[in-house]
Amino acid sequence: MTSHLGLMVVFSVFVSVIFAVLMRDEPRDQLKLGARLLGSFVGVALVLAWLIYPLPL
Amino acid sequence: MRATAADRVQSTNPTVISIAAWLVPGAGHLWQGRRQKGAVFLIAIPLMFAIGLWLDGRLFPFEPSQPLVALAAFASVGNGLPYFLAAALGLGKGIVTSATYDYGNTFLIVAGLLNMLVALDAYDIALGRKG
Repeated sequence: MTSHLGLMVVFSVFVSVIFAVLMRDEPRDQLKLGARLLGSFVGVALVLAWLIYPLPL
Repeated sequence: MRATAADRVQSTNPTVISIAAWLVPGAGHLWQGRRQKGAVFLIAIPLMFAIGLWLDGRLFPFEPSQPLVALAAFASVGNGLPYFLAAALGLGKGIVTSATYDYGNTFLIVAGLLNMLVALDAYDIALGRKG
């Protein structure tokens, strides 16, 4: 669970849940927004990781 | 005539509600009858804070000579009572050599910032700006 990917997913879950509950009132809307935020967080992080992989960091 | 719970909440000073919301994550929403939202914040924010401590994150001190550290301290204080409780128990010293140190800091800081956002939302509800 303490892998970079695991921690990034756990972090994304928390932020997505809190933002979704804060910004939407209906549970169904919260679920939709939360899923979209989580997908975006993880998806963008994976794409960025893939893009910077060849760089000598 | 007896005052209803909604009347009592409406007569409460919004500043008092937002301070309660800051001290106990979700308390502002629970106070105003938004149980589902309040319960989620009450569980999620302290849990995020606890994970930050478990990951060897640091509760930064207020150092005016180091503005970025002071900003991190300000964000951490946003956690409210969990922050003061952890500081009193001597937790959050931060282990710089730990592989998860930076992740821990991120969890602690972001949990504090999210709680500030939640407290501001509770303030807006108390003012009647949100339905």
